[in-house]
Amino acid sequence: MPRCWIEGAAVLGPGLPGWPASRAILTGEAPWLEAPTLVPPPALLAATERRRASLVVRLALAAAAEAIAAAGREAAALDSLFASSNGDGGVVGAILEALATPGGDVSPTQFHNSVHNAAAGYWSIGAGARLGSVSIGCHDDTWPAGLLQGVAQVAAWGRPLLLCGYDAPLPEPLAAVRPTAIPFATALVLAPEPGPRSLAAIEVAHGGPLPPEVQPGPLRRALEGVNPIARALPLLEALAAGRPARIGWPLLDGLAITLRLEPCHAA
Amino acid sequence: MLDRTTTSRPDPGFTPLAITAFSAVSAMGHGLAATRAALLERQGGLRPAQDPEDAGLPDGIWVGRVPGLDLVALPADLARYDCRNNRLAEMALQADGFAAAVAAARARHGAARVAVVLGTSTAGIAQTEAAYRRRAGGALPADFDFGGTHDLYALPRYLRARLGLRGPALTVSTACTSGARSLLEAAALLRADVADAVVAGGVDTLCRMTLQGFNALSLLAHGPCRPCAADRDGITIGEAAGLLLLERAPAPGALALLGAGASSDGHHMSSPQPEGLGAQAAMHAALATAGLPPAAVDYINLHGTGTRANDAMEDRAVAALFGSTVPCSSTKGWSGHTLGASGALEAVVSLLCIEEGLIPGCLGVAAVDPGFRADVASDNRRRPVGRVLSNSFGFGGSNCSLLLGRAA
Repeated sequence: MPRCWIEGAAVLGPGLPGWPASRAILTGEAPWLEAPTLVPPPALLAATERRRASLVVRLALAAAAEAIAAAGREAAALDSLFASSNGDGGVVGAILEALATPGGDVSPTQFHNSVHNAAAGYWSIGAGARLGSVSIGCHDDTWPAGLLQGVAQVAAWGRPLLLCGYDAPLPEPLAAVRPTAIPFATALVLAPEPGPRSLAAIEVAHGGPLPPEVQPGPLRRALEGVNPIARALPLLEALAAGRPARIGWPLLDGLAITLRLEPCHAA
Repeated sequence: MLDRTTTSRPDPGFTPLAITAFSAVSAMGHGLAATRAALLERQGGLRPAQDPEDAGLPDGIWVGRVPGLDLVALPADLARYDCRNNRLAEMALQADGFAAAVAAARARHGAARVAVVLGTSTAGIAQTEAAYRRRAGGALPADFDFGGTHDLYALPRYLRARLGLRGPALTVSTACTSGARSLLEAAALLRADVADAVVAGGVDTLCRMTLQGFNALSLLAHGPCRPCAADRDGITIGEAAGLLLLERAPAPGALALLGAGASSDGHHMSSPQPEGLGAQAAMHAALATAGLPPAAVDYINLHGTGTRANDAMEDRAVAALFGSTVPCSSTKGWSGHTLGASGALEAVVSLLCIEEGLIPGCLGVAAVDPGFRADVASDNRRRPVGRVLSNSFGFGGSNCSLLLGRAA
């Protein structure tokens, strides 16, 4: 069962404006108040790219930058795994509209931005992150599948990894067949060894019995079912509270991914 | 309880993995025998674009279309996954005894210990394109199944269900490195002991989005693509499925994945870093993980798309690492650029080159670009081929190199 250490965490979602401001909400010490997701412009991109960056790219880059800063790591020294179910739905939707319109032209810029690894590409350009990067997409299983793969990578290669999950609503008519109500992103820095910034040790497995479900609070009840990446919330809550946890994610085809978390009580 | 103390740091090197079965379907051949014959006889599979789906392309554009997909039937209980992409995956499963080899691996390891890790760039998006054209009142037709066709995850879900597996499923989507990168992700699952066998590879099919998108970028070749040629003028889009079954502990002399490396350009979304620094980093990492010097490589299967920029960049990168000592070529003149499947298809082609002792010279190249420094083959050469380095590069600045050979 692969394991690793979480060093830095980030979150962006409705009423969750970054990790420091969200911590008390995640622990339940402060109430969660629904509010629009605030996504800062990506400071690390050049001015032109910053202006053009889509919501999806801004979401991913903001979460990635926050987690790296919290971990005190250099982006250039990290492998990365970007996990998203929908990718950049606005771009894909615009191309599908153009293709369905007689005489409609596909925009070359939209075409290169339509690849599923577009956010990862902008991250590597903006942050100077030139190590290996993988982008995955697994529908509603995207968060647990990305987490399992990320932990497996860290355990296999002994190198730290930026794990970034992000998803945003699709445009119509895709939204009707793939509802995603809100934008949500999270990022974690995963390390092969414990260090001074370690928040918790985690082990992740494919399979295993689902642990007893903890009664979800208002935050989880509102968000967990409406964005695939918000399925990270039980893990983020345990991390914020610094409490041991066993978490299970049922998967689409009747299987499960399970996680065990032990907080690191740094002096 | 979790042990919070550190354990010995894992060896960052790469343990060779057995490739216990493989299969490929592309315009160059349905199955390994046909693919092998096409390489030996220098018979490519590219044809002028004449299908109704090719409407709107300029004159003179060619494609690498797989015939017969209209006749492929998925099992009735998996009908929701029916789309061109999963039909091509099904065709590759049935070729070369691949499905039977996976069944044997399932019996050896147990269904829960066999994972499915596949690359694709567009999955079943051709289904969505058709659904958009059938819209009534703005809404997509009721029979359109997003999760079973359009969604990236439809591909490994279909294969996992079709093969009766219960291990992890993952879709890798890193544009044109997806197929190659799936093997690196498979290797991580095996090394971390998450799985004992992995069905890896890539499947991508022709769709209007990629044809029109590359056309919009003015990157489509007129006539069949001519990688590395002095007169090359772009890519020919193809479609393919390449599947490989990976397990641990290859027997001595058995075909194996010996190393793999990845990098990111951090330069531009659709133009490669001109000096090929990212490409060099990926090739260097593949060699370093295998603990082998450049001289250990007998043939380099280039990404070699046929665009001016890619091939010039790749020549610089190859020459920087290998000089002109290692013969190289692109096989996209046979298959076209099969995008998210290309890395998997070309891994299979590399294995055939090892088995045959073949360096397949670039097809349709009258004169190699005189500015190139690498040893580009434009005719077939027969000689022992022990190890092949296979390159894949993609939009977003994604790079992946695989080192294939025989286990020591």
